[in-house]
Amino acid sequence: MSELEINPALCTRILAAFIADEVLKVGAHGVVVGVSGGIDSALSFALAVKALGRSASLGVAMPYRQSSPESLADAQLLAAHLEVELMVVDISPQVDAYFATQPTDDRNRRGNKMARERMSVLYDLSQERTALVLGTSNKSELLLGYGTLYGDMASALNPLGDLYKTQVYQLAEYLGLPSSLIRKAPSADLFEGQMDEQDLGFSYAQADRVLFHLVDQRCPEEEVVAMGFPAELVRTVRDRVRRNQFKRRPPLIAKLSSRTIDLDFRYPRDWGH
Amino acid sequence: MTQQHRLRMALVQHAPRLGDLGPNLDWTCEVLAQEVARGEDLVVFPELSLCGYFLKDLVPEIAIRLEGPEMGRLIKAVGRGSAVVGAVLESPAHRFYNAAILIAEGRIVHVHRKVYLPTYGMFDEQRYLAAGSRFEAVDLPLAGGGSWRLGILICEDLWHPSSAYLLSRGGADLIICTSASPGRGVAGGQAELGTAALWGAMTKTYAALFTTFLAYCNRVGFEDGHYFWGGSRVLGPDGGLLGGEPAGDQPTILRAELDRGLLRRMRIAYPLLRDEREDVLWQQLKVDPGDV
Repeated sequence: MSELEINPALCTRILAAFIADEVLKVGAHGVVVGVSGGIDSALSFALAVKALGRSASLGVAMPYRQSSPESLADAQLLAAHLEVELMVVDISPQVDAYFATQPTDDRNRRGNKMARERMSVLYDLSQERTALVLGTSNKSELLLGYGTLYGDMASALNPLGDLYKTQVYQLAEYLGLPSSLIRKAPSADLFEGQMDEQDLGFSYAQADRVLFHLVDQRCPEEEVVAMGFPAELVRTVRDRVRRNQFKRRPPLIAKLSSRTIDLDFRYPRDWGH
Repeated sequence: MTQQHRLRMALVQHAPRLGDLGPNLDWTCEVLAQEVARGEDLVVFPELSLCGYFLKDLVPEIAIRLEGPEMGRLIKAVGRGSAVVGAVLESPAHRFYNAAILIAEGRIVHVHRKVYLPTYGMFDEQRYLAAGSRFEAVDLPLAGGGSWRLGILICEDLWHPSSAYLLSRGGADLIICTSASPGRGVAGGQAELGTAALWGAMTKTYAALFTTFLAYCNRVGFEDGHYFWGGSRVLGPDGGLLGGEPAGDQPTILRAELDRGLLRRMRIAYPLLRDEREDVLWQQLKVDPGDV
């Protein structure tokens, strides 16, 4: 049995209960999820529907005119599978309007801008519906820093944040999500033809096991290498985790007073709920 | 005090509102009155049942005092019954304890202040709370005139076997463990959470090793992403379940009836407590183990 194998029924029950509990106790009516056509947002959306029902879970596809048409098709396939409506918001006008005044060929800048436009749409729709934005970043992405800060990484609740990518697949299989979403290669879809594993230079299957030993088990790097993982991979993964710590933390505040937010003004977020 | 043969107890597994004393207190008083009217001898609430668990800087803001108005309301609601309620207790010297308060006969019979404050992983209790220093078995007086001898542990206390040992040595026939245990451990594909499996094994083992009744009252709900898994249960001195299977992860009241006859039979069949060699323990504890 792999160290990354999870009991999908147990995890589904906990994650659905988490969504229902955290949404309802703060007085929100539901959630809004950006549905990209990929497996992570598909799982988040499916968990929301399970937790809150169809009418309280709004899925939003937000294609840019150059986004892969298959992504939108997969998002629609998922919505049909879950028997929910999918809202489609074309983000091309606002993205093009911005780059008309700030032109660039830097595909990362363009991709990040699009991710943040999507965030902006989701937060607006969540306000309209008194809903919470549900996150879709998994633990592999969060640890490796493979996401856009204040873009796809922004959310009110993230049911996937403690699941490695390989565990996301296990849950997706268990929940019977469409196999075309499960089988296709992971893509951030920030630009045409982008593939996560090509960008990263290693596969999630490899990285997740290394991360599990480094992070969950707190094994020293040399122990992980001694287990048979390539030293180069272990070092790259460790470096990415360290380099991207800033993405996982709120902004730093320069301390002046005796009680500074998050440093020594420490309250739970569920304060009063 | 004469021993009472049977004890009816109710474990109230619920999800308090975090840092919102008023509504939690109102609800607790309602449930107490209802359960006592129903004929329960002892009603047990989980760790920090009046305020929630991951309090952080809320600790001094939601603390109550033994002589405060909240205690007056609880005592009134308990009436002729008895109860264990969890709260942050502020001492006259302004120390804040994670406490379980035993109420009966219209008074506070006993206060257990959590001795082992976990401060590792997701836990940070020593940052905010003062640690208790005693494990004490006490007689719980019951309305019928009899009594049960019991001791209270709070969550992490149970992970240190000396705590149950000291209660057992004090003559406890019932160990009550209140808890706010966040569930974790899903890797490896096991049927249940790692935490739940460990608590199940420990409570069963303690009940059998100390030939005692053991009531485990955990909470449910979520706080800041932490999942409290419930699983409240009552075990007999044979390690068997009383009052049915452990509770699930939803709010519920688990009821069980404890029978002294079972305790007597088990202590005859397994006279472990009689045979305990405290002299060996004393002798070896005197030797300083040095740095380990």
